[in-house]
Amino acid sequence: MGGRDTTLVLLDENGIRCDGRKVDEPRRIMIKAGGLKNADGSAYIEFGDNKILVGVFGPRDVHPKHMSNTDTGILRVRYHMVPFSVTERKNPAPSRREIEISKVIKEALEPAVMLDKFPRTAVDVFIEVLQADGGTRCAALSAASVALADAGIPMRDMVAACAAGKAADTIILDVNNEEDQAGQADMPIGYMPSLEKITLLQLDGVLTPAEYKKCVETGIHGCKIVYELQRKALTEKYFGNGEK
Amino acid sequence: MENKRKYVIPGDVITTGPYRPEQNVILDGNKIISTAIGISEIYDDSIKVIPLTGKYIPKIDDLVIGKVISHTSLSWELDINSCYVGFLPAQDVFGRDFSAHADELSSKLKSGDLVAARIANFDRTRDPLVTISDRDLGKIDSGHLVKISPSKVPRLIGKRGTMIQAIEMATGAAITIGQNGWVVVSCETPEGLLKAKNAIQMVDEKAHVANLTDQVKEMLESKGES
Repeated sequence: MGGRDTTLVLLDENGIRCDGRKVDEPRRIMIKAGGLKNADGSAYIEFGDNKILVGVFGPRDVHPKHMSNTDTGILRVRYHMVPFSVTERKNPAPSRREIEISKVIKEALEPAVMLDKFPRTAVDVFIEVLQADGGTRCAALSAASVALADAGIPMRDMVAACAAGKAADTIILDVNNEEDQAGQADMPIGYMPSLEKITLLQLDGVLTPAEYKKCVETGIHGCKIVYELQRKALTEKYFGNGEK
Repeated sequence: MENKRKYVIPGDVITTGPYRPEQNVILDGNKIISTAIGISEIYDDSIKVIPLTGKYIPKIDDLVIGKVISHTSLSWELDINSCYVGFLPAQDVFGRDFSAHADELSSKLKSGDLVAARIANFDRTRDPLVTISDRDLGKIDSGHLVKISPSKVPRLIGKRGTMIQAIEMATGAAITIGQNGWVVVSCETPEGLLKAKNAIQMVDEKAHVANLTDQVKEMLESKGES
């Protein structure tokens, strides 16, 4: 943390960031629901230069059987980065980081998914990061939520996610890879927009209490932008643009 | 409020007020929230969402089409297109005096056979128990199996069976609809069979379109002329 890279200007005097965005502007986001025929539900997201594909199966039988729970269904999430998702080949074996993100996304989705309706079953979420550029966990979580809705799993609310952070002493929305490396703080937020509840909140870096508050507000603002795009993706697939 | 229909996704607040939540909705404070992608319907005092996607969840008394996967010496297991397997006990077919030594289960139903069955019992703790001892139930000997999304079965039946009647009348086919999204079509003429299958697939694809019954009728009639 703390501006190590001296040549990179994270924020210029006009308030424009290194990739030409304003401080409260997210990257270009595109979400598509469906697309995979063999999965029960699927989604594809492009979040700036992040490209992520999510497939959902279930509810289905649990294998191995001992993992099943007689009271409720279980949610299993695999977050995986393909070898060509980053500049240097990534070993396809699950790394410490991927195992952590799988767990974090699973726990961020659990408050939304109503698994108690399907005891003794499992819902499997497979996330493949095809191209990574900072903020993959947020993009993956947003896409996973769309894929779950596409699979028809009952949910209390959608989960939208977006990161906020601090770079060049300013609170910024949607931290990209450069800002993540050279910036001062990164805070991914998962949010249920209708229930107004936070399901994921991580913070890497140092913020004052005032900055922290502003950062959360900025992040939630970003989540609401993402939510509108999630809604658009699902509406397009199921209702063909015709809002009734 | 009258029967107001709205397209909803999970998390959408359908309305607020003293309504009874039915299928696919939850009550949060006084807000009524959808839990599925679908069409919300408000009746006098209740609200439900007709889902457009999702797997089949067994309900007691549902008619389902099942496929025999395997059997033990005491029971068959049926694939009922759900997250649970249907459990068909041998007594149901052989009667009370069934004996595991004397009766061979595969003599009645082999794996791969299709059966029309009814969900006799189902709760959270056990797999659904199905029965075939009733009128119109049992092994299906002829017909074509068409698979549609289980969430679209109500649409295929239509209001008071109008849709399915329209298809049967126009094609002369006999159609058995399982609530689990499996449909068996049998017809004397190959043209009728093809037309009925097309009509069923059309309902599956265009389930959200209004006035679908008219469109299906139109399709059936136009094909008949050409």
